[in-house]
Amino acid sequence: MSQARKPRERTVTILLAAFVLLAAAGPWLPQWAMFIMTIAFARGLVVLGLLLLLRAGLVSFGQALFYCLGAYSAGALGRFFGLSDIFVEMAVGGGVAAATAFVLGFLLARYRGIFFGLLSLALSMILYGLLVKSEALGSTDGFNILPSTLFGIRPGAEWVRYAVLLSAAAVALVTALLVHRYLNTPLGRLAPAIKDNEIRVEYMGASARRAVHVKYVIAGGLAGVGGALAATAVGHIDPEMAYWTTSGEFIFIAILAGTGNVIAPFVGALIYGAIHTLAYDLSPNTWQMSLGAALLVLIVFLPEGLWSLFNRYVRHS
Amino acid sequence: MKIVNVTHGSFYAIGAYAAASMTAAWLARGYPPMLSYAVLVIAAILVAAPFAILIERAILRPLYARDEVVILLVTYALFLILEDVVKLVWGVNPYFIAEPYALLGSFQVAGMAYPTYNLILVAVALFFGLGLAWLLHSTRAGKLLLAVIHDPEVSRAMGINVGRYYLATFALGSLLAALAGAFTAPTVSVVPGLGVEVIVLSFAVVVIGGLGSLPGAAVGAVMVGLVRSLSVHYMPQVELFVIYFVMAAVLAVRPRGLFSLAEPRRI
Repeated sequence: MSQARKPRERTVTILLAAFVLLAAAGPWLPQWAMFIMTIAFARGLVVLGLLLLLRAGLVSFGQALFYCLGAYSAGALGRFFGLSDIFVEMAVGGGVAAATAFVLGFLLARYRGIFFGLLSLALSMILYGLLVKSEALGSTDGFNILPSTLFGIRPGAEWVRYAVLLSAAAVALVTALLVHRYLNTPLGRLAPAIKDNEIRVEYMGASARRAVHVKYVIAGGLAGVGGALAATAVGHIDPEMAYWTTSGEFIFIAILAGTGNVIAPFVGALIYGAIHTLAYDLSPNTWQMSLGAALLVLIVFLPEGLWSLFNRYVRHS
Repeated sequence: MKIVNVTHGSFYAIGAYAAASMTAAWLARGYPPMLSYAVLVIAAILVAAPFAILIERAILRPLYARDEVVILLVTYALFLILEDVVKLVWGVNPYFIAEPYALLGSFQVAGMAYPTYNLILVAVALFFGLGLAWLLHSTRAGKLLLAVIHDPEVSRAMGINVGRYYLATFALGSLLAALAGAFTAPTVSVVPGLGVEVIVLSFAVVVIGGLGSLPGAAVGAVMVGLVRSLSVHYMPQVELFVIYFVMAAVLAVRPRGLFSLAEPRRI
């Protein structure tokens, strides 16, 4: 029994330790590193949701829909109500996205495989098309977001990045722990079963459609929180956030990271940020090529993602 | 082949670029402009064919056993790579070759001038569509291909060279994409990002029609084209999103597209 529980507890320990380490080391980090890490947390949150779906064998090519919804909800809060508290933004962003996912879920939960992917892609492109044409929300230019505040306090200029990073890390920690718990509930454990053979799941008396719906809502909510976070970190939002290439990025990270553990999405997002920044820095005109090549190599040689390397190492030791 | 191929957009772009640049060179040398149509076609085939064969042999072949979604991601990665290759080879400046388009002039339909080139394009599309249908359903090779797609393992056991059929299909499909690019090149300015535009549109088309169905693709294409033109005419602000709206609406009613084939269930 204690043998079986060990890896679960280790995940919790690693997450907590990483958070404490980050919080302590944060003030000494350069500003650009903090920014990259904050964006990595935002993307990691989206990918964490994607991980839930991927475990059930569903690839959503439209997580950008919820990412963008979260960002625009956060932006709208500042634009129309003058609110700019990070946590309020994230809560509203996640809430709006989850509610949308709940409604869309009735349609999407019926689809599997390629159709699930393409339909979710179509939905995110609908949002893109709408945003591009809506003058009130800045059309293709998007609009700027108010500087972030924290519980009504506006941190000093040199502390803003750290405050945002710490809030991002805290939210990421809590959601990662919650998702980690969820994965071990009966509903969470249904995911690999659905991937493997849905008809048998139904024979056992569980509803695959309901399970997929629940996962879709969670994934949507997480993507919304991530979008709100990215919005407040960057300070600007535009419809490009709903474009299908943004969804492609998230899937890239998910494949890079693997779906083995809730830590993987955040590690993957950080590595992706590093590859992206490096590729852009080395060859601004061919960064897509470097990204594509990296993705290709990963799929061919590491089908289970980077996380499988870690597992292999653990099993050997 | 049960492959959702994002690289298709790249082949479209490659075809367009190859045709545009070679035709421009042809015309600049003062060769007869009437022959530029042949140059369009030959350029697209010559450039796209090696790419298609290389990609199928080297990259896709080892991965067929993997999940459909994995193949989708592989083609997405290839698409990212090729997108930059195109930029490296042809630069980021637009190409214009209006000569083949202008050469044919236009004619009058119900009081409106309509370019002859577009009409011929419709005829060419019909020719290729019917040709493909004939190839698939009325020739030995086509029927064998359908068998291979339905069940590669049994086909292999029956002595069909499955690998060769995969290669031929992928190459043929990619060539058609390149030709489409070549034929479109004279009507637009060839710029980077051409591939992205066309791939999302063609996804909408095939999903509406039903994956793997020829009549479905034709009907889907006409629907998307009509809906788009109507929206441009009546409500230009919804042009982009109306296509996806139609796609979502069709999928909501017919989960596998209009002309979908029955799928066996695995128990």
